[in-house]
Amino acid sequence: MVLVLALGDLHIPHRAADLPPKFKSMLVPGKIQHVICTGNLCVKEVHDYLKTVCPDLHIALGEYDEETRYPETKTLTIGQFKLGVGHGHQVIPWGDLDSLAMLQRQLDVDILVTGHTHQFTAYKHEAGVVINPGSATGSYSSINYDVNPSFVLMDIDGLRVVVYVYELIDGEVKVDKIDFKKTTASST
Amino acid sequence: MKKKKHHIISLMKYFHDFCGVEWLFYDLGVDEFSALWINWSSFLLTCFCLRYLLCTVGSVYIRSKEAPAKDVLKDLIEMCRGIQHPVRGLFLRSYLSQVSRDKLPDIGSEYEGDADTAMDAVEFVLQNFTEMNKLWVRMQHQGPARDKEKREKERSELRDLVGKNLHVLSQIEGVDLDMYRETVLPRVLEQVVNCKDEIAQYYLMDCVIQVFPDEYHLQTLETILGACPQLQPSVDIKTVLARLMERLSNYAASSAEVLPVFFQVEAFAKLNIAIGKVIEAQDDMPVYGAVTLYASLLTFILHVHPDRLDYVDQILGACVKKLSGKGKLDDSKATKQIVALLSAPLDKYKDIDTALKLSNYPRVMEHLDNGTNKEMSNVIIQSIMKNRTYISTAEKVEALFELIKGLIKDIDENHQDELDEDDFKEEQNSVARLIQLLYTDDTEEMMKIIHTVRKHILTGGPKRLPFTVPPFTFSALKLVRRLQSQNENVSGEEAAATPKDIFQILMQTIEALSSVPVPELALGLYLQCAEAANDCDLEPVAYEFFTQAYILYEEEISDSKAQVTSIHLIIGTLQRMHVFGVENRDTLTHKATGYSSKLLKKPDQCRAVYACSHLFWLDEHNDMKDGERVMLCLKRALRIANAAQQMANASRGSSGSVVLFIEILNKYLYFYEKGVLQVTIDSIQSLIELIKQEMSGENTTADLSADAFFASTLRYIQFQKDKGGVVAEKYSPIKAEFAETS
Repeated sequence: MVLVLALGDLHIPHRAADLPPKFKSMLVPGKIQHVICTGNLCVKEVHDYLKTVCPDLHIALGEYDEETRYPETKTLTIGQFKLGVGHGHQVIPWGDLDSLAMLQRQLDVDILVTGHTHQFTAYKHEAGVVINPGSATGSYSSINYDVNPSFVLMDIDGLRVVVYVYELIDGEVKVDKIDFKKTTASST
Repeated sequence: MKKKKHHIISLMKYFHDFCGVEWLFYDLGVDEFSALWINWSSFLLTCFCLRYLLCTVGSVYIRSKEAPAKDVLKDLIEMCRGIQHPVRGLFLRSYLSQVSRDKLPDIGSEYEGDADTAMDAVEFVLQNFTEMNKLWVRMQHQGPARDKEKREKERSELRDLVGKNLHVLSQIEGVDLDMYRETVLPRVLEQVVNCKDEIAQYYLMDCVIQVFPDEYHLQTLETILGACPQLQPSVDIKTVLARLMERLSNYAASSAEVLPVFFQVEAFAKLNIAIGKVIEAQDDMPVYGAVTLYASLLTFILHVHPDRLDYVDQILGACVKKLSGKGKLDDSKATKQIVALLSAPLDKYKDIDTALKLSNYPRVMEHLDNGTNKEMSNVIIQSIMKNRTYISTAEKVEALFELIKGLIKDIDENHQDELDEDDFKEEQNSVARLIQLLYTDDTEEMMKIIHTVRKHILTGGPKRLPFTVPPFTFSALKLVRRLQSQNENVSGEEAAATPKDIFQILMQTIEALSSVPVPELALGLYLQCAEAANDCDLEPVAYEFFTQAYILYEEEISDSKAQVTSIHLIIGTLQRMHVFGVENRDTLTHKATGYSSKLLKKPDQCRAVYACSHLFWLDEHNDMKDGERVMLCLKRALRIANAAQQMANASRGSSGSVVLFIEILNKYLYFYEKGVLQVTIDSIQSLIELIKQEMSGENTTADLSADAFFASTLRYIQFQKDKGGVVAEKYSPIKAEFAETS
């Protein structure tokens, strides 16, 4: 059982002051093995905070990030799954599933994580899953009016991944989940 | 038993007789006596030890209950008088105190005697204390002046001997509040005042405060405070008072039941007056001393009278008065105390609103030097962030910004703070976070807040604008959204603020970034505003924002990487615009495609151009679907990809990656699925063949990622074929067998 936290678009301090306290109390150090961040943190303090949650941190470059040396896209293998992360402002039209699917094919990954729209989505299509963890702070987005703070926790176990989404709606944390199973083990 | 009794009495008699030999020396002349003294000093020492023994014997005698404790004690204390040498006298009397401690005629003790009070015990201890203090003070004046420091050190080591008496007094059961108030305290204070010794006064005052219970102090406040002005001017009375206030503050905090007593005895008024007197009397008291006193009193108020903001403000006002004329303080001890003074209300009230109501608060801050002022401002911001309190009126925002103005702008034009770059960033980022907390649901008030914030951040100068303009912008855009939804619900009413007003403000504010300059940031913000204007159906406003963004792109953004990001933002935003009429849309689209094809690196060009294809096909708007122009873009992208291949061949001797072709193929498939007629099966097929050709060419460098990409694309085509239905029909003509590549 490998826990992977996926979050992004915090936009601290441009659009939000801090993570919601209820989220902060859930993100306890030592429980999570990997963190994937879609970008737009935007400042070093957020990077340092995420590092305390889990030292294995992968960040993609968002258009407002202070640290410009983050990569545009990144791929990593966790267990049987290949994951890819990018911020998503480069994929036009923004939030378009088919265009994101193209990126998924290009990176050759099973799970693609992107952000930018501040809208949680998890689509199963073809042979993969495209996930958008939304905005962890629920910050303003020109694309999405109704933004609730959200993040995603993936539980990778063999050929199966369970995607849990945590959303803060009216002060309460609501959880939902999606199951996904790979048909074949990944080839080298 | 009888034998024992006899033994003790004869022992006593023996000692008594022995000590009676004093008279033997009365007739000696001075010289003889000095000789005797030198020779017999050891004898006298022995004599001294005998007095110790006498005390021991005496205590045993008390225990035997042969005589009333009070009588024996009286004798013993008289006997001690014989030793006038300070150190020896102190030790002797200390021993007496120690050995008699459990034999005092206290009420309820077995040695009570026939009296009904502990008066005798108290008398005994008081007398011992008084004499010991006199001896202790005498030490100060013995010996040459040059040894003064040594003497004072010795005195310091012996002070507990004297203080112990007070401790004993506090332990006597029979000493209740009345006896304390009538007898104990006045007598102790009398000795303290009369001894006129700085060291003794300081130590003993502190002892009294520490040793006796707080309830007693409350009831005798006037007495103890009354003694303070009578002490030697060199006594550090402020520390004494501070410790008294600290004890009382803790006492008040310990239980709610004691609070009414504080009110009853008018504790605050008395302390306030006393402190005022002390500060007035000691004109040369250093600033930090006075501030420490005020800080202690403030803590006291926060514990005892937290609801009395007027008291708090009064103290701050007194502080301001003391500081007036001193300008910015240079004394780090004092500034530290002032920060403690100012932080106390923040910690107590947790709600910045309360601190903002204290009129003297900003005035105290004025006296901090720039560095400490900023430090204090940071403390204030941290307090707000910790408690997540929203600041909800323009008036409060104004007051707050006035307080933290050291962070908002350069206060001293001439004095440029050399703040470390990272520290400065951190500082400004916390201001940015603060801006997020300036909020109210009331849209009219929020508009006022927006105006206030804008006014202040524009004074920040080019250093600060990149940090403050973005949070301001998003704050304003959030208001636009709320106004939108408000207008939908409450139609017919004239809104005081309209989105248009806000966009005007935004236009001017983002413009200010040109003074920094940060064109990429400004471009991003302009596009955000354009999108918001689009949602409000304000075509001219949206167009203006786009114009500004384009100007920035053309004139200010020359870095290749920045250009790519900016192009993506432009195309992505433009793709979502529905408010533009045909002409405006055409102009903007034409410009965007132009920028795309002029990017420096061919791959960037290619990608930007095919991204532009999406500008001509909006899913939700049937009148914005132009298949021909989509195909034009894709073909153009293909030409660029070809050119890129040829360049790679020419310059590196190997063909470049076929990735671009595969990307374009995916786009073909995308639009083919959408029903763009111009994307024909033939065009798809020939592109597939081209890719296969390129990949199996002689000069091809193996590119695993391109292989994988192509493979997954072909897999996708197969997947669609396998879906069945309309989709399968569409895909079936496409031949896409997986070509094995080496």
